Amino acid sequence: MENFWQQLWNARIAVAAMTLFAVGFVTLLLHRNLLKKIIGLNIMETAAYLLLTSLGFIEGRLSPIVLGENTDPLLYVNPLPAGLVLTGIVVSVSVTAVMLALTVRLYARYHSLNLDDIYAMAQREHGVN
Amino acid sequence: MAFSVNFPLFSIVLCLLCAVVSSLLPSKAARAVSIALCAALAAGAACLASYGVSVGKATEYLMGHYPHPWGNELRFGVLEPLLVSVFAVVMLLCLIGGKRYLAADLDPEKSNLYYVMCDLVLVSLTALSYTNDLFTGYVFIEICTIASCGILMIRQLGRTTLASVRYMIFSLIGSGLFLLGLILLYAVTGHLLMPNVKESVAALWAEGRYRTVLLMSMALITVGLGVKSGLFPFHFWMPDTYGYATPSSGGILSGLVSKGYILLLIRIVYGAFGTDIFYRSGISNVLFVFGACGVIVGSISAAREKDVSRMVAYSSAAQIGYIYLGIGLSPGMGVLASLFHILTHALTKPLLFLSAAELASCAGSRQRAVWRGAGHINRVAGFAFSVGAFSMIGIPLTMGFVSKYRFALAAFERPLLMIPTLIVLAVSTVLNGLYFIRVVVAIYLPPERRTDRVRITDHPAYAVCAIAFTAMNLAAGIAALPIVRLLESSLTLL
Repeated sequence: MENFWQQLWNARIAVAAMTLFAVGFVTLLLHRNLLKKIIGLNIMETAAYLLLTSLGFIEGRLSPIVLGENTDPLLYVNPLPAGLVLTGIVVSVSVTAVMLALTVRLYARYHSLNLDDIYAMAQREHGVN
Repeated sequence: MAFSVNFPLFSIVLCLLCAVVSSLLPSKAARAVSIALCAALAAGAACLASYGVSVGKATEYLMGHYPHPWGNELRFGVLEPLLVSVFAVVMLLCLIGGKRYLAADLDPEKSNLYYVMCDLVLVSLTALSYTNDLFTGYVFIEICTIASCGILMIRQLGRTTLASVRYMIFSLIGSGLFLLGLILLYAVTGHLLMPNVKESVAALWAEGRYRTVLLMSMALITVGLGVKSGLFPFHFWMPDTYGYATPSSGGILSGLVSKGYILLLIRIVYGAFGTDIFYRSGISNVLFVFGACGVIVGSISAAREKDVSRMVAYSSAAQIGYIYLGIGLSPGMGVLASLFHILTHALTKPLLFLSAAELASCAGSRQRAVWRGAGHINRVAGFAFSVGAFSMIGIPLTMGFVSKYRFALAAFERPLLMIPTLIVLAVSTVLNGLYFIRVVVAIYLPPERRTDRVRITDHPAYAVCAIAFTAMNLAAGIAALPIVRLLESSLTLL
């Protein structure tokens, strides 16, 4: 039992990231409010970045900037995940922007953020189509 | 080293460059740039495919000459350039054939942006086909998502905007799952380049370490790409997305974009997981089941639909089901059938969307009920729609027949799955026949009132595109063996 708690403690960041991912995922999938969906999307992606960042960090090592003669790679943390996270953040910012733009357009047309209501209104607008 | 090995990188850079330039050009020039770009890409990829055939092995293109595992790589054998070339040709024909609707659906001041988005869709399809790096794959998946949402939402109807929101949501769920799977894979293997990942995965699997994490990552990547390409039960966004987009976009989205994700999945299965491990893990069986359900559910929904564009869109769900069913059946024969079906669907669906729009404009509505005699009024569209419909049903002489035949052949390799596969094929063929023949019969009934016939010269752009699609479909359906052989040999290079 103690072993289990120890393992859980070691994996705490991964567990937190997975929980956050699940929260974001469910919000994105099931919430009817568009803005909350977008917030869910951001939680989901941030959780993925948290996991990725935690993978790259190694306790007790330096940030991956070579100063002077310290060229031994074992002195530094893994720089690659940080680079990936940066790329990922750019991606998620642009995706969020597109989603927000779509939300603005829908709100301007239907004055609602609830997807079900919007769907009903759009169906009425186009007849049976 | 031939000069043509540089073509993948050149085509990616050229697409990005064209997209940037097009954003500043007037719309006519942007359109010309896009069309020229598609033609150039198709020609370059065709050269590359013939180079791949002549050297008989896959080429790894090291960007900046860093050896792996350090650098970023492109990789191509025969399959990747072949598909890129087909994608580019299809996009070219979509842009030409849908010209009339593009003029009507786009805001004239912003219509050059549509072509920017098309260039970006093309770059992401190209990069998804060539990249050997999983994270680059993820980045281009997201670019593809945004660009395809762009070509969808450019038609400013309420319904289309709503469809774009739903499309975005499902796409984002898919790419979120893909990203998580990718991170888990990176966590246990420490690599992002496919050949290195494959080595580590094989070593880990042999030692029995991190099995759960590997399985989770395979499942997440597969499901993520499945959701994005519209695998059952995530196909509900399809009818709205494809049905309410402008016909060119409908063709591009259903014929090409979903295929880009499937191609990436096949390459990851072959290049990063290894077919042995993937097919032993049981995920392939899950794909088979969902594919089969998708085929049946998609066909039933299509049969119930009265709006023809939406019907064609639901039929896409069934076709995606077929492709996953083939991937789930077996590596080799099953994947071969899926690859052929990717070609079939890419060449048929855009033709159906464009022809449906053309016939709808003759009949005055997209409802099947009023289509009586539309095939007499617009003969080219009527003929093209019929050929497309026959190809989707799987009538001999069309490509659809060949792909269904290959699925049936593949089924014989898996005795346990043979009967279910054959039943699914039979049921869906009957259903396809039911809903497509109904429309084909309706358009060839004598018209209720006399209307002026639409001549070929009235819409020459559409006629060119319809004739090209029809000719390619029939040619590939009649002379299928060389194509199948080519795909078969290209699979060994993956």
